[in-house]
Amino acid sequence: MKSLADLKAIKEKMQGQVGIRNHDETETRVVVGMATCGIAAGARPILQTMSALVQEKNIQGVNVTQTGCIGLCQYEPIVEVYRPGEEKVTYINMTEQKAREVVEKHLVRGTPVAEYTVGGSEL
Amino acid sequence: MFRSHVLICAGTGCTSSGCVAVTKALNAELLKVGLDKEVKVVETGCFGLCALGPIMIVYPEGSFYSMVQPSDVAEIVNEHLLKGRVVERLLYQETVTNDGVKSLNDTGFYRKQLRVALRNCGVINPEEIDEYIGADGYEALGKVLTEMSPEDVIKVVLDSGLRGRGGGGFPTGRKWDLARRLVPNADQKYVCCNADEGDPGAFMDRSVLEGDPHVLIEAMAIAGYAIGANEGYVYIRAEYPIAVNRLEIAIEQARNYGLLGNNIFGTDFCFDMHIRLGAGAFVCGEETALMTSIEGSRGEPNPRPPFPAEKGLWGKPTVLNNVETYANIPRIILKGAEWFASMGTEKSKGTKVFALGGKINNTGLVEIPMGTTLRDIIYEIGGGIPNGKKFKAAQTGGPSGGCIPMEHIDIPIDYDNLIAIGSMMGSGGLIVMDEDNCMVDIAKFFLEFTVDESCGKCTPCRVGTKRLYEILERITSGKGEMADLDRLEELSNYICNNSLCGLGQTAPNPVKSTLRFFKDEYISHVINKKCPAGVCEDLVSYVIVDEKCKRCTACIRVCPVDAITGAVKQPHSIDRAKCIKCGVCAEKCKFNAIVKE
Repeated sequence: MKSLADLKAIKEKMQGQVGIRNHDETETRVVVGMATCGIAAGARPILQTMSALVQEKNIQGVNVTQTGCIGLCQYEPIVEVYRPGEEKVTYINMTEQKAREVVEKHLVRGTPVAEYTVGGSEL
Repeated sequence: MFRSHVLICAGTGCTSSGCVAVTKALNAELLKVGLDKEVKVVETGCFGLCALGPIMIVYPEGSFYSMVQPSDVAEIVNEHLLKGRVVERLLYQETVTNDGVKSLNDTGFYRKQLRVALRNCGVINPEEIDEYIGADGYEALGKVLTEMSPEDVIKVVLDSGLRGRGGGGFPTGRKWDLARRLVPNADQKYVCCNADEGDPGAFMDRSVLEGDPHVLIEAMAIAGYAIGANEGYVYIRAEYPIAVNRLEIAIEQARNYGLLGNNIFGTDFCFDMHIRLGAGAFVCGEETALMTSIEGSRGEPNPRPPFPAEKGLWGKPTVLNNVETYANIPRIILKGAEWFASMGTEKSKGTKVFALGGKINNTGLVEIPMGTTLRDIIYEIGGGIPNGKKFKAAQTGGPSGGCIPMEHIDIPIDYDNLIAIGSMMGSGGLIVMDEDNCMVDIAKFFLEFTVDESCGKCTPCRVGTKRLYEILERITSGKGEMADLDRLEELSNYICNNSLCGLGQTAPNPVKSTLRFFKDEYISHVINKKCPAGVCEDLVSYVIVDEKCKRCTACIRVCPVDAITGAVKQPHSIDRAKCIKCGVCAEKCKFNAIVKE
C-alpha cells in the first residue's frame, strides 16, 4: 500500500461486507421467505443474490434477511420489502432476474416494481 | 459474498468456556448442509458478557445466542441459518420480551455502555486487517501523516483531555509533548506500550489486544510521528498467548501492507515495532521496571526523575502508554478533541473500561462514560448481586486501590473522585463484594499478593508489606490487639511515603481504605474475636440450632472427623475441639439448622 487512495479502496470494499453487522431499527428490511415451501421453490439463490448485490453495491441502510413461512406457499419464492414509513411491499414468484430488478429499482431508486408484487401480478 | 455472518467470540473468556469446539462444529455443520459459501463464520474479540460464554451473534438478524454448546449448533444451522427461524431457547434471555426480540443495545448490560476503546471488539475479525480498515482503520494514521504536523497531533491529544488509562491518570498529551521537546536533537526515541496487565481481575488490555490488535499498531505509529520516534516496543505478559498471537499476526499484516516500515503512505515517516514478553512479575507494570525488563535486565524499578520522557528505554526519550490509552487515540484523531472531551466529567474525559468481577451477575467487560455512578455499573449494567445478597463494597484499582462502601455508591466515577475517597481508578478492575465478604480478609488477600510481588529492591516495600501482612494475619486468627490497628495505620503511611516505586507506594491502600470504612469489622475481630461475615476460619464456629434440628443424623454421617454426636431422635451437637470448620455439615443440612457463629 503506497497511498491513501489504496486504503480507501480497501475500506470501501470492506464496508459493504461488514455493513451486514450493523443492526439498526430504522433501516429497510428485505425479508426472503425461507420455510420448506420457499426453499423448495428456490428461495435460497434469491436470498443469496439479493444479499450479495446489496453488499457489492454498498447500498446503505438495507438489511437482507430471511423469515419462515409467509403463508402464501403457492406463490413462493416470496420477498417482502419493509421501508421505514412506507407500506410493506410483497413480491411473489420471484426469480434471480426479478430479484436483480427489485434491488436496482426498489432498493436503489425507491420505486417498487409493481408487476411483480402480489397486487400487480396475475394470480 | 456471504448473506449472513456468524460472529463467535474467540477471546480468552469464551475460549475457556469452549468456543473452539463450537466454531469447529459450526464449520462442519455448514459444510454438511451446503451453506459454507453463504454463511461466513467470523472469530472476533470479546463482547463483554464473559459470564455467558460461548457467545455467538448471527447477522443480519443480530440474534444474540449465549452459552452455546457444540450440541446446539445443528439446531442453529438447520433452523436459523437455513430456514430463518431464530432459536429462541438459546437467545440471551435479556433480549427476549413478551412482544418478541429486542435489540442487544436495549438490554441492561449494553444500554448504558459507550464503546470507544472497545468499539471493534466483538465486531471485526482481529486477524483480518481488511476488516479493521473497513471500520475506519489506519485512516487516522493517514490523516496524521498527510495533513497534520507532530505539534498538531499533540495539541489534539492534549485538548481531548485523555488521561493515562493504566491507573496513574497523567494527561497523555503532556506526556507526548515532554517526550517531543525535553531532549532536543535526540538521536533516537522510542514509543512503548504497557500491556503487562497484572492487577488480579483486570483484563481490558487483553481484550483490546485480542479483539482489535491493529488499533494499538496504528496508535503507536501516531505516537511515534508525534514525538519523533521510529521504533516501538510492546511489553506484554506471556500469560496472554491469544493476545500475543493476534498481535504478531497484526504486525505482520501491517508490514505487508506497508503500514509499518519505511515511508508509510509515501511520506518520510518510518516506523516499526517489536514485541517483548514479560514473565509475569507485577512490578514490571511499573514504567521504569518495565523498560529495564525490555532492556534484558531483571525487572526492578529505578528512582524518578529522570522520567522516561527524558531518559527512558536505553537512556533515550521514551513515551510509555497503556493499551487502553492507545485504543482511544485513532478515534480522537478522526472525530476530534471536542468530541472526546464532550464525554465524561470536568477533569476526566472520555470513557473507561472496567472488568466486572466478584459477586455480580454479569461478570465481564464494560465500557462506560466517565462519571457513571457505581450504582449504575453494579445494578444496571452488572445486573445486581446474585442470590439477593446485600452490597457491601466494591474494590477498584486492585492491590493498589481501595474499597468503595455503600455510602459512596452514588459517587460519579472519575480519577479525582476515586482518589478523594481513598481508592483509585487503577487499570479498571472492579471487584464487587457482598455481605459474605470479610473486609479484613480482603485486605489480607491483597497484601499477600503484594508481599509475593514486591521485587525486594527497597526496604519499606520488601519488609514493610510483610510486617503488614503479619499483623493482618494476627487479627484474622483472633490474636490481635487494639494497638495493632494503630500499628497498621502507622506502618501503612510509612510504606506509602518511603517506597521507591508505585507498587510499594500504593500497596497499603487496601489496608488503609478498609480501616477507614470498615473499622468496626477490625474491632470485632480484635475485641469480640468474631468475624462478622463468617469468613475468617479461626474465629468461626459451627453450632446446631436445636429448634430447627430434625434429628435426622445427616450431618453426623457426613462429618469427616466425627465431631458431631447424637442419634436418631436424639439432640445433635458439635464438638468444637474436634471440628475442622469444613462446613460440609451446614451444606448437607436441609433444614438450615447448622449455622456459623
